[in-house]
Amino acid sequence: MSEENKNYLSTGDTVKSWLLTTDHKRIGILFLFSILLFFTIAAVAAALMRIELLTPQGDLVHADTYNKLFTIHGVLMVWFFLIPSIPSVLGNFVIPLMIGARDMAFPKLNLLSWYLFIIGGFFAFHAIILGGVDTGWTFYTPYSSAYSNSHVVEMALGIFIAGFGSILTGLNFIVTIQTMRAPGLTWFRLPLFIWSLFATSVILVLATPVLAITLALMSVERIWGIGIFNPKLGGDPVLFQHLFWFYSHPAVYIMILPGMGVVSEVITCFARKKIFGYYFVAFSSVAIAVVGFLVWGHHMFVSSQSIYAGMAFSILSFLVAIPSAIKVFNWTMTLYRGSISFEAPMIYVLSFIALFVIGGLTGLMLATLPVDVHVHGTYFVVAHFHYIMVGGMVTAFMGGLHYWWPKISGRMYPEKLGQLAAIIMFVGFNLTFFPQYILGYLGMPRRVHEYAPEFQIYNVLSTAGASILGVGYLLPLIYLLWSIFYGKRATANPWNATGLEWQTSSPPPKNNFHETPVVTEEPYNYPPLNEIGEITLASNEHK
Amino acid sequence: MTFPIFPKAASTTAVQTDYLYFMLLGFSAFILALVFFPMIVFLFKYRRGKKANRVDPHLPEMKVEVTWTIIPIFISLGFFALGARAYFTEEVPPDGTLEINVIGKQWMWKIQHQEGNREINELHLPVGRAVKLTLASEDVIHSFFIPAFRIKQDVVPGRFTTEWFQPTQIGVYHFYCSEYCGADHSKMQGTVFVLSPTEYQNWLTRGEPKNSLAQSGENLFRQLGCSGCHVNSQAVHAPPLEGLYEKLVPLNDGTFVRADDKYIRDSILLPNSQIAAGYQPVMPTFQGHITEEQLLQLIAYIKSIGNETPQKNP
Amino acid sequence: MKENSIVADQFENAQQQSEAAHLGMWTFIATEILFFGGLFLAYIVYRHFYFTEFVAASKHTEVLFGTINSIILLTSSLTMALAVHAAKENYRLQISRWLALTIFLGLAFLAVKGLEYHDDIENKLVPGAHFDPSLPAQSQIFFWLYWTMTGLHAIHVTVGLGVLSTMLLLARKEKFSANYNTPLTLAGLYWHFVDIVWLFLFALLYVISRHK
Ligand code: HEA
Ligand code: HEA
Ligand code: HEC
Ligand code: CUA
Ligand SMILES: [Cu+2]
Repeated sequence: MSEENKNYLSTGDTVKSWLLTTDHKRIGILFLFSILLFFTIAAVAAALMRIELLTPQGDLVHADTYNKLFTIHGVLMVWFFLIPSIPSVLGNFVIPLMIGARDMAFPKLNLLSWYLFIIGGFFAFHAIILGGVDTGWTFYTPYSSAYSNSHVVEMALGIFIAGFGSILTGLNFIVTIQTMRAPGLTWFRLPLFIWSLFATSVILVLATPVLAITLALMSVERIWGIGIFNPKLGGDPVLFQHLFWFYSHPAVYIMILPGMGVVSEVITCFARKKIFGYYFVAFSSVAIAVVGFLVWGHHMFVSSQSIYAGMAFSILSFLVAIPSAIKVFNWTMTLYRGSISFEAPMIYVLSFIALFVIGGLTGLMLATLPVDVHVHGTYFVVAHFHYIMVGGMVTAFMGGLHYWWPKISGRMYPEKLGQLAAIIMFVGFNLTFFPQYILGYLGMPRRVHEYAPEFQIYNVLSTAGASILGVGYLLPLIYLLWSIFYGKRATANPWNATGLEWQTSSPPPKNNFHETPVVTEEPYNYPPLNEIGEITLASNEHK
Repeated sequence: MTFPIFPKAASTTAVQTDYLYFMLLGFSAFILALVFFPMIVFLFKYRRGKKANRVDPHLPEMKVEVTWTIIPIFISLGFFALGARAYFTEEVPPDGTLEINVIGKQWMWKIQHQEGNREINELHLPVGRAVKLTLASEDVIHSFFIPAFRIKQDVVPGRFTTEWFQPTQIGVYHFYCSEYCGADHSKMQGTVFVLSPTEYQNWLTRGEPKNSLAQSGENLFRQLGCSGCHVNSQAVHAPPLEGLYEKLVPLNDGTFVRADDKYIRDSILLPNSQIAAGYQPVMPTFQGHITEEQLLQLIAYIKSIGNETPQKNP
Repeated sequence: MKENSIVADQFENAQQQSEAAHLGMWTFIATEILFFGGLFLAYIVYRHFYFTEFVAASKHTEVLFGTINSIILLTSSLTMALAVHAAKENYRLQISRWLALTIFLGLAFLAVKGLEYHDDIENKLVPGAHFDPSLPAQSQIFFWLYWTMTGLHAIHVTVGLGVLSTMLLLARKEKFSANYNTPLTLAGLYWHFVDIVWLFLFALLYVISRHK
């Protein structure tokens, strides 16, 4: 192979060439494998939980073990899987490609992010092996800081370190997007995926340090017994909740904005149409990022904060839903008079919209004060966030992964299997989590390993759904791996999509482009369609 | 296995909450239809290879966008307002409630009635009467949740919280702890018995005669040595506590504070943080020496020697 | 261009590189502000809760040391600015001189802080079992915040000194000039940030409650 034709995968295959790489594409792949590892552990924890919950009695595991299971599940899923999922894997891979840059602005920092992530993961792992943590992913004080006798500090340290990894990723994205765009690529010619990642990065940079300091304070109280959050020592337990949610509510938007970005890319591509309302979709990302900082108190409606604070947070939570609504409406309108085909990424994206809307609407119910008083701390909340995080973001991640898989691996995945997996996931997902809404309104508290017998039927349905969902996850794992070796070779632009990332070969060369591209048009500029949805102008996409 | 769809609604709050919930469900169904009906039509009509009009319609983008931004804002505000109004009645107890103390600790609920009845993981109530619970925690945060009444309130250590409700139907219901609190969080639950008023009276007077809460408080007041300073002491100059409850107390920094439960609690646990005007900060702290239960008894006693009508703001 | 050699692969030109570096530093500072922000918030909340205890406690901080240190740090900000200025004007020799002075002042700051910590320990101001019993219990929270905030700040000063020493080495090798001074400018930005944080700490921990 000549030096010219080498791609980023074939330049160097030693372990060292991977572990010391500064190529954003390779770092993306490092992240992909690491988050899959954490996802697997967390998913096994979920499977155990679901099996335990088949019967009302606590017969499979001890109460204590169960508590550790959902803590591990929540912590790993949130900080070690979902937050890095789309940004660190897909974002890392495609941002420079999409903006026509040779790499991130700070490639070494990018690698450092991964190392911090791994070191943080190591501590989390260590905490789990030592015996786990039983505080829930929310670490509420004074339980976490004074009463729990599990490995809280190690886990907090792990999150703390991984958090700095996230901050550096966010910083790198901001700088890269601002300063490294190809000539002619103005802000309003940027793909919407870039907009959403920019907004995400702003949140990462501004919210994560607050989490870091909060967990540090909690650990300090735990280690030295100094009163910050423990009322017995003069502290205020509710202050912890304010600090925690000040981070964690914006963090939920870290966990959805990138998914929304993927939707905008995929839906335009498979409808062959320009996005409807580009400016509105772009600015709604920014609006979500900004308003998202003001609503944290909606997690604390029954925590004894003042009723007026409750009302303020309620109204702001309603308002933060508006930009999401705008996006959903624009996506729908984008389909109008398009030319729609149903490859796997498109199926994923359509299920994203369906599940996100359901999750979001139940979010509005939670924002309605009296309803939240009833369902707070029940399975209704569990269903709400799984609808958005699993139904939304994980689905979007799968969609994005399939969409860019040809670019990443240079191979096509088997299309029929892809479509099948997407449908299995949709069905399994709804069967798992819809019953939980009913359970929640019936009053089944979350984080319990025993429950009243009248709740059983829905738990059985939910567990059944989880096994289907599990298959839905395993399938892509298998065929994507298979495709790396046996898949059909991908062309530069297998989907006939617009966007700079499709103009370079699949997989791209180490420096992304043989010559720096110049941009002269708006994004998603799909040519006009004829009556049966084919592109009329001769396109020169296939080079 | 049974197939319940909907929990019993056994309080005034429950009716109110369900009403809102149904409205939200209806609204959600409407939004789902609004989004998915066109979407499904488009997916069908414009699938690739099917004949359809695909000429760019040039919709007035700005107008469309503004419309679907403004309308949801108004709908949202409507729901917020309905919710906020209901929340307000739900959080602010009316006058003349039946007062009951609930103390949460890992992993049980202890309940004290004013008449002196105590129960564990059970709560007996008369139907039709507004009840106010004063909640206290001995250790970590718990949350007192009665699904059939649609009410819930976190029980936060270091402070009192309250919740109120009015049961409307005689029956037996579950209550739960709904804030994760450690190993046996799942087991921290119990049963509410809503009785007819006469049955409730019978229940109250059942068993051996017992001290009322205030009487227990009075005994404690002596045992703990409070009376040594607060009742005609020669050695220490301490304020008399008769008529204190709900009075406006002048503090030595010139401000006033209402002597409510919180103030009395702080006076006993953090005596140095608010000093009554004209006195020396010599009262010792009782933090760590008395339990939440005893604290509530002391307060019941101070209340019983207190004012009948709360004093107006100056 | 002569500076081409120091433009990293991923950048088109030196200007892009310098823009990226600047934005990166500003973003980093934004993160840092929020990092300290959590502590400031805790401070404000607890000062509100335990006002009298905070007042009592803050009378025990050593305002003399604090003032000296404020002066030292402010001066060091000035010398740092002069170092950057010297680079921009191409006075290569002066860069090292001002940098060295800045580092010296930073060390002086840490030394004074060390003395103060020593006194604090003598005066039983470390929260915990040996805390000064004459102070109300909740003033431990004040001192708890005092130690974390100043400690965290001292760590930042130490990191800053490391960065400045590197700059000094580079300056000695005559790396900086009017054309190329991004690292130096950014080190300066960071140093000013650390300085400003100190001023806030000084105000909150030493000054505002003193005369109540
Ligand atoms: C990715 C994650 C994610 C996202 C995006 C959201 C989005 C939203 N969330 Fe959610 N939430 C979580 C993850 C997320 N949430 C998690 C993890 C928890 C629990 C944490 C824990 O306790 O462990 C939680 C808990 C939670 C609570 C607290 C519940 C409780 O504990 O008592 C509340 C209360 O207000 C809430 C509200 C909302 C709202 C209003 C939105 C909105 O942003 C949703 C906006 C979207 C839509 C509304 C749908 C699209 C709109 C339309 C189709 C048009 C119609 C709309 C209008 C007319 C307005 N969420
Ligand atoms: C962010 C991402 C994320 C993701 C992807 C998931 C994925 C899943 N989650 Fe989880 N979840 C959270 C985030 C997430 N969760 C958080 C933050 C909490 C709160 C924690 C807390 O309270 O602190 C939570 C809590 C939580 C609970 C509530 C626990 C409790 O309160 O007691 C439950 C219960 O059903 C649950 C289930 C599941 C299931 C079934 C999946 C599925 O998607 C997983 C599917 C995978 C498998 C099922 C495994 C692979 C399959 C097999 C090995 C085949 C065999 C399987 C069976 C026979 C079941 N999750
Ligand atoms: C050593 C003497 C002493 C003992 C013992 C004591 N107190 Fe006090 N108490 C005082 C003094 C002096 C004050 C007024 C100064 C202040 O506000 O702290 C006071 C104030 C109060 C107040 C606030 C009254 C007001 O007018 O503002 C309450 C309530 C109170 N005490 C209750 C109790 C209870 C209950 C106990 C026992 C558990 C108790 N005290 C034990 C000396 C004492
Ligand atoms: Cu008490 Cu959960
Ligand atoms: Cu939230």
